Amino acid sequence: MSEMRVEGYDAFYGRSQALRDFSITVKGGEVLCLMGRNGAGKTTALKAIMGTVRPAAGRLWLDGEELTGLPASEIPRRGIGYVPQGRRLFSELTVAENLEIGLMTRHSGQESLEYALGLFPVLRERMKQRSGTLSGGEQTMLSMARALCVNPSVLMLDEPTEGLMPSAIASIREAVVKLRDDGVAILLVEQRVDAVLPIADRVAFMNHGEIKARFDIEEVRSDKSLLHQYVGVGA
Amino acid sequence: MTLHNGKLLALCVVTVIVLFGLQFVLPPYLTLALTRILILSVFAMGYNMLMGYTGLLSLGHAMFFAAGLYAAGLSTYYWGVTLPVAFVLGIVGAFAVSLVIGLLALRTQAVSFMIVTLMFAQAGYLMTLQFTNITGGDQGLTLPTDARSFGLFGMVVDMTSDTARFNLALLIFTVVLAVLFAITQGPLGRLFVAVRENEPRTQMLGFDTYAIKLTAFTVSGTISGTAGALYGLMFGYIGSSFAGFQNSIEALLYTLIGGPGTLLGPLLGTAVMTMLIDRLSGITTAYLIVIGVLLIVVNLWFPKGILGTIRDRWLGWLK
Repeated sequence: MSEMRVEGYDAFYGRSQALRDFSITVKGGEVLCLMGRNGAGKTTALKAIMGTVRPAAGRLWLDGEELTGLPASEIPRRGIGYVPQGRRLFSELTVAENLEIGLMTRHSGQESLEYALGLFPVLRERMKQRSGTLSGGEQTMLSMARALCVNPSVLMLDEPTEGLMPSAIASIREAVVKLRDDGVAILLVEQRVDAVLPIADRVAFMNHGEIKARFDIEEVRSDKSLLHQYVGVGA
Repeated sequence: MTLHNGKLLALCVVTVIVLFGLQFVLPPYLTLALTRILILSVFAMGYNMLMGYTGLLSLGHAMFFAAGLYAAGLSTYYWGVTLPVAFVLGIVGAFAVSLVIGLLALRTQAVSFMIVTLMFAQAGYLMTLQFTNITGGDQGLTLPTDARSFGLFGMVVDMTSDTARFNLALLIFTVVLAVLFAITQGPLGRLFVAVRENEPRTQMLGFDTYAIKLTAFTVSGTISGTAGALYGLMFGYIGSSFAGFQNSIEALLYTLIGGPGTLLGPLLGTAVMTMLIDRLSGITTAYLIVIGVLLIVVNLWFPKGILGTIRDRWLGWLK
């Protein structure tokens, strides 16, 4: 079973500290959700793990292998996938070409492609379409499918349901559940409580770049005041 | 997953066949003009690889054209090497220069990259003037007539013959077109476009974007240098004007007019610009003003060039 462990990450934007002693462990077959208000440091945490924001301190392991200090381009090759906020597709390329780039990262085979398309069958009908012309939901699905073509053992999703219609949210939620059931470790950043509660196994609340509290999802479901306390919303 | 672009391949084949046939119907002066267009379009195709596909706007590509031109021309002029060997030396020279300049220039981005490439090119241009005793400077050097022919499969290919020049230019154009088709329509081309579209995202998918850009830069510079070597050997003249800023701008304009990021755009852009200058200069001495206005119009209403606009509106495979 895969496991990603982050210990003591500090990160700075100039002189401003964006991440303080950030430590998490996420295992295959579970969904760990990072929640917090805007500016809490959730996205920075994911970028620090990916190496695009260089952490000033801390260590990173995947399946017992230390990845600390590797260049950003090397992290995905080791098996950590990332779906950034706002999808970030190569909009001039077709759906098929976007997926092809994902397959190239680790020289993944047709199986990875079929697995990704099995999760998002709507993409099969859009293979020759330019990705910039897809709907918002389809773009998110493509962004996830492309990350899955890398064949990751850990998948990090940054607000994948942001701005989507309920039907698209349901498709993405189903895909996340399927991935978890297939043994992928999921680190999910989400603001929408209704999107988190049905699928998360554990929740970590962040504020000012720190993890302030951690709960099993059952604790959060049974005590909704926690949501109000840490993210300022009710369920 | 292998992707093919059969329609574009067919269009490329038809284009080459039509170009070959044109020599039998065009008057000699237009065949000569077409020879020049073919060579300059190779230059523009090289430029397009960097600017159109990878999104890196260089203002110094004359440097690579001149590297090929001088490496090939000087080796023939001083050492008397045969034209095929000189041509290969020109390509190798352009490769070496583009690799070294790329290693340095790609440490910068956006406007800084433009300035750095421009500065390197200006330094190269000034060097051609500084070492006039070797390069001939502004006056240039004319290759001796007896050095402008070579043997090939028992035949003598004479570079003073219009027919030989046209067919050799078409051959090199076809080879470059085939190489660029393979690159742009394959995995490497996808990565070039990915860097152009979103470099940080490309990195987060596990690719070393510096290495991708360096590859694009080197391929681009080498092809531009190939055009330079061909030009110098074919017309028997090497001069510092080819290393000047205007030559860099012309490659940019050919690409912009034809369609950046389209395989055949540079050929179309070079043909349109060359013929336009040719026709307008016979009508008015202010032809550059007319061309300037036309360029502004094209860039305002067709910012993706002729083929780029057609691709976006009707033919998505035209890339």
